Amino acid sequence: MKSTDIEDPEYFHRVIDCQFACPAHTPVPEYIRLISEKRYTEAYRLNWASNVFPGVLGRVCDRPCEPACRRGRVEKEPVAICRLKRLCADNREEVADLAPPVPQQKNGKRIALIGAGPASLTVARDLLPLGYTIDLFDDQAQGGGFMRSQLPSFRLPESVLAAEVNTILEMGVVTHFNHRVDSMTALLSEGYDAVFVGTGAPRGRDLPDLPGRREAHKKVHVGIDWLAGVVFGHVTTIGERVLVLGGGNTAMDCCRTARRLGGENVRVVVRSPKAEMKASPWEIDEALHEDIPIIDNHAPLEFVIRDGLLAGMRFDRVVSVQDAAGNHQLQSTGEPPVFLPCDEVLLAVGQLNAFPWIEPDAGIVFNDQGLPALDPRTLQSASLPQVFFGGDAAFGPRNIITAVAQGHEAAISIDLFCQGKSLHDRPAPQVYLAGQKMGVHDWLYHNQIAETGRQIVPMVAKAKTLKDRLLEVELGFDRQVGQAEALRCINCDVQTIFRADLCIECDACVDACPESCINFVDNGPEDEVRARLKAPAGNLSQSLYVSLPLPTGRVMVKDENVCLHCGICAERCPTSAWEMQKFLYQSAQAGQL
Amino acid sequence: MTFFRPSFRHPDLPPNEAGYTRRDYEGGISTLCAGCGHDSICNAIIQACFELGLPPHRVAKMSGIGCSSKTPAYFLGKSHGFNSVHGRMPSIATGANMANRELIYLGVSGDGDTASIGMGQFAHAVRRNLNMLYIVMNNGCYGLTKGQYSATADKGSKGKKGGVNALESIDLCELAIQLGAGFVARGFSGDKQQLTPLIKAGLSHHGLSFIDVISPCVTFNNNPESTKSYHWVREHSEATNTFDFVPFRQTITTEYQDDATEAVTLHDNSVIHLHKHPHAADVTDRRQAIDNLEDHKAQGMILTGVLYVNPASADTHDILNTCERPLNSLSETDLCPGSAVLEEINAAHR
Repeated sequence: MKSTDIEDPEYFHRVIDCQFACPAHTPVPEYIRLISEKRYTEAYRLNWASNVFPGVLGRVCDRPCEPACRRGRVEKEPVAICRLKRLCADNREEVADLAPPVPQQKNGKRIALIGAGPASLTVARDLLPLGYTIDLFDDQAQGGGFMRSQLPSFRLPESVLAAEVNTILEMGVVTHFNHRVDSMTALLSEGYDAVFVGTGAPRGRDLPDLPGRREAHKKVHVGIDWLAGVVFGHVTTIGERVLVLGGGNTAMDCCRTARRLGGENVRVVVRSPKAEMKASPWEIDEALHEDIPIIDNHAPLEFVIRDGLLAGMRFDRVVSVQDAAGNHQLQSTGEPPVFLPCDEVLLAVGQLNAFPWIEPDAGIVFNDQGLPALDPRTLQSASLPQVFFGGDAAFGPRNIITAVAQGHEAAISIDLFCQGKSLHDRPAPQVYLAGQKMGVHDWLYHNQIAETGRQIVPMVAKAKTLKDRLLEVELGFDRQVGQAEALRCINCDVQTIFRADLCIECDACVDACPESCINFVDNGPEDEVRARLKAPAGNLSQSLYVSLPLPTGRVMVKDENVCLHCGICAERCPTSAWEMQKFLYQSAQAGQL
Repeated sequence: MTFFRPSFRHPDLPPNEAGYTRRDYEGGISTLCAGCGHDSICNAIIQACFELGLPPHRVAKMSGIGCSSKTPAYFLGKSHGFNSVHGRMPSIATGANMANRELIYLGVSGDGDTASIGMGQFAHAVRRNLNMLYIVMNNGCYGLTKGQYSATADKGSKGKKGGVNALESIDLCELAIQLGAGFVARGFSGDKQQLTPLIKAGLSHHGLSFIDVISPCVTFNNNPESTKSYHWVREHSEATNTFDFVPFRQTITTEYQDDATEAVTLHDNSVIHLHKHPHAADVTDRRQAIDNLEDHKAQGMILTGVLYVNPASADTHDILNTCERPLNSLSETDLCPGSAVLEEINAAHR
């Protein structure tokens, strides 16, 4: 194996599993450390700089960081990263200088943002301090996009969303609310220097060809439209018996909202097996907790109409089988269909992108999936250079944090584009290394590994929350519990740095390491080296840190997989060949060099 | 400073055949100087006990005074232990062994504890061939009192402060062979690949097993001119032979075809497979073993590995013809069977 190039910032970035998994690469361990020190406002600022909506994301993020968290491999459960984010948002002080200063003197470039969701708002936030003039268009009366129209208030209170959206709008966005953009051609003719499309994936998939769909249309609703109807007060009640079709997070929001609007007998019906459902496990748990059964392996056959009214639905029982290509296919078991009675049906079977307002002759090329043809790195339209896409509008439905990350990338592209620079010559991430040594054997970070399990988030009593759809279900951590949770973080950003030229091969680190990560072995090809380390190094997604050759001809090989970053190797090293250094990695943003 | 080792261990490390995890053999976190060779020896002991699948509660660890003798705090935290007076570990071990022959005795001592203050004790424990593993953590200096040369420091070796050792050194291995130990070996703390199987073989040998482990003192005796430094030992050591140790429970899977491999079967049916150099000395021959040590010393080389092994050695209990049951389990009726039995014995002499 070649020796590891630790000068490459991506090496240590990859060691910080949570940050690496986050689309926006928020410096998670750094803000968790600030929370453990009760420095909530600073933790919030760090979050805000990276993910723009800490209060929102601390409640409804898809949390790609948590399955990646090293604690989940070391112990059973990952650190409650998402809920800690909420803790800093809930406890921060109001600060006037959260947003960077926006120059009075504009740079003369005008940018149009279509859709006021997380992607567009991120572009606005990144470009305003650089002097751009931002025009924001949305057909709703307020900003927030799908965060406003689709996320039920019992998960995301409106006040939390409004506060974070307004922070950006108050930076000087020229808003055009209640203004639906109907024609791309017309907008392009207004001479904007760049146009950013962040219109999401606004169309809920329907089941138009299912028998009885037309007759039942008054009692069958497309999930995302129905959720928006609830938010805006058009929908206030629902029948007693409700079927929700679909297995994603929208289905979970639909069924839980239905329970709050009077649905006594709400059931979720999903085609795939439970284990393959797209919804986050915690969302499924919440639904089950609210007495909503999930019926899996049932594919819809028809809407049953009796006396002109919807009586229920018939389903075919299916099993998931693997075909020759390794894909899962649903196959009928051949058993008689199942009839489930109901009064209303909510369809949450997927979302589609739709750009009816972009004329075919507007110059924007779409691929065969109906998505714009884009450069995946720069998010620039392949055919019209001044047009950029981001969020769900770019590559189909994902999540808020991905939209934010794409907003940052699009802002960089737009800034480079407006300056006539190459879009591929992008600013590098900002990295800082800081030694953690304080005295002989003391560290600037909390290196004692807390052995407490994951803390549970307190919730409002079920009977109470089901009566009021505006009442937030989760209460969030209080400061004390939050601190206990924050101390579970094992500081993966405090890196173990090894210097072969100082090592005397005394084995002290090998002996002291609780996780048997460190080895001194003869070099060889990677798969062969992995097989003969002290502890099996089977997790191929985790790097091996390989040193330069040592005097005995061997190399130091450290498996990063379950390293506790406890610093014991550095404490037990007589020559300081091991060092603990904090590695802060911040993704590049528009305007940086 | 870390005082408690985190309790998390690598989740993919399997337990041993007896069902114990490696953690069951660990002790507290070391407070020796960072980089001390003794820490590596502790880990080799942990690894050897883990690999042999010894029940931790069947082991008794004994020690005297010194850096070496505080190490039992850092391994086998679930075993019996006794930290005795300076140099008196062999007597305590003898007493314990007499009282309960069923435990596995592991004595840990240093070069001062054995070759200076405890020399008399050491010599007689070896003479009696007490059934125990006697490990000397040998760094050639008195680390606890600022690094003066000990009795095992080689003549001409230079310490950190530049003074040359003018006195003759004691070779504990040579002495142990002369005094009748059945298993004598020398290891190096910086080479666990050799040391761990040495400890396993020593624990399996019946009678006194003696292992002298060169263990650099990073604080006082690790300069390049010291013959007990990491650097010097790596440059100047030669192994008698490479070997595999196969505990008796394990089926022998490797076939040794060449004539150069000799199998030595120990009392408990464990086997040491020695892979000899073509002209190497016979380690089962006492005179050749001593010659071999002297020859290497004359060339300025440190001989490591199994130096001498006598699988048929008789331990103290065999020599004294004691009863099979541990003495501490004998009741008053066992020890004083009454006048009828006395009559019988007396009659036998008439």
